Amino acid sequence: MLKKLLVANRGEIAVRIIRAAQDLGIATVAVFSTADAESLHVQLADEAVNIGPPAAKKSYLSVEAILKAAQQTGCDSVHPGYGFLAENAGFSDAVTAAGLVFVGPSGDAIRLMGDKVSARTAAASAGVPVVPGSAGRVEGIEAGRDVLTETGFPVMIKAAAGGGGRGIRIANTLAEFELAFPQAQAEALAAFGDGGLYMEKVIGKARHIEVQVLADGSDAIHCYERECSLQRRRQKVWEEAPSRALSHALREELCASAVALAKAVNYSGAGTVEYLYDDEADRFYFIEMNTRIQVEHPVTEAITGVDLVAEMLRIAGGEPLRPRQSDISVKGHAIEVRLNAEDPAKDFAPFPGQVADLRIPGGPGVRFDSMLYPGYQVPPFYDSLLAKLIVHAETREAAILRLTRALNELTIGGLKTTKPLFLALAADASVQAGDVHTRWLEGWLTENAAALAD
Amino acid sequence: MAQILSPLPGTFYRSASPDQPPYKADGDAVSAGDVIGLIEVMKSFHEVKAEAAGTNIRFLADNEDPVMAGAPLADLD
Repeated sequence: MLKKLLVANRGEIAVRIIRAAQDLGIATVAVFSTADAESLHVQLADEAVNIGPPAAKKSYLSVEAILKAAQQTGCDSVHPGYGFLAENAGFSDAVTAAGLVFVGPSGDAIRLMGDKVSARTAAASAGVPVVPGSAGRVEGIEAGRDVLTETGFPVMIKAAAGGGGRGIRIANTLAEFELAFPQAQAEALAAFGDGGLYMEKVIGKARHIEVQVLADGSDAIHCYERECSLQRRRQKVWEEAPSRALSHALREELCASAVALAKAVNYSGAGTVEYLYDDEADRFYFIEMNTRIQVEHPVTEAITGVDLVAEMLRIAGGEPLRPRQSDISVKGHAIEVRLNAEDPAKDFAPFPGQVADLRIPGGPGVRFDSMLYPGYQVPPFYDSLLAKLIVHAETREAAILRLTRALNELTIGGLKTTKPLFLALAADASVQAGDVHTRWLEGWLTENAAALAD
Repeated sequence: MAQILSPLPGTFYRSASPDQPPYKADGDAVSAGDVIGLIEVMKSFHEVKAEAAGTNIRFLADNEDPVMAGAPLADLD
């Protein structure tokens, strides 16, 4: 078992990790920038070390400052949380090289999954479905026609050397393809000096569904899936578990594929395998694997009863995976919403400031993960996430009612937050029916954002 | 002499990205509406514009300095 843990993060996730460690009898060391000296994680940890000025680059992203703090305080381990250095392979390597335990996968596993091409290859060879497309570059229009049997229409033709959306063409028919392919080739050559193309099926309306895995380097299990289709600018705002879109058989297939990938790469710790799910085709496709604990992990904890952060600490301490797959079952439905310091009525403009009165919701089935306290000054230098409200109930319908009840109890005075967004979403017929996809929220916001004033 | 104040709390940047030159150098002339820097607040970036023209800008805040709302960023003659 680990004895003393340095938490290399801030905000609500630092608080979450400190709590999990203290529950296991592990001593904790917080690190903080000068902007965070009054933060809750600093107050809750057994010790705290100032690691530098407000800019994350000089504090929370400084491998040197963090390792120095760990050694000064006699830590035997480092938990990276999410964001900052959590998926930095070099950090995992540096922690290990310093003789400390990194609470997460090896640098090699992070590197393998961090690279889009190697991750796609690893997934495909573990038998995980990837978005249908060309295996690599498509040499000429004849080879392109062959790829069409894999992708169907619509198909995306992309410049191999491209980026930022340049050199992308979408063809809906064979006639369009015959025109678009040479155009894309010429455009790619002109823009990038390389006419190489590749092709991928266009997944129109898709849900974002991800599978939580836990692994100890040899064995792996899953803790079922989360659906995170409600997104704005590719940021999740509302996550739930389980997904109501999956049949029993497809759920088992999806979760088994995530376990197969985790085992194939000898994964260790908590990880999340992310997929797109195409409702119409009733198929799922691998997108990427996140090699860290995720923001939305509490919905999985609610429906399975597994403390994921505690399990990460046990695995890092050298214990073999405790829960067996047969121990994991789904009970009820859970929803998490992200309360950000943003004004949803003003295009989600950031709103740092001082917390005035604070009323935290409670009662059955309600969890509130946060670093807020009355009088806390929210610094402008970091992420806008203030709190995660998680509700759990027997059914999805009951969870949505409970979410509305808990949101109405919540007061975060002095700041604009995304609370009005979630009250409106909980009352929306499409959300209540679960009839959403990853681009649904942005469309909804163009109609409804102006009415989201506090 | 006028001062250009930070409209928001956050981190001040003198250029659009680390590999680009600063928007303005000390001594540069400035037209009304010129961008003189960026403020990053909670991972979103906001342009800071000069409200009036001037012949000589002198920066008071360095690149990557943390600033409060209303903090002076530059003097302008």
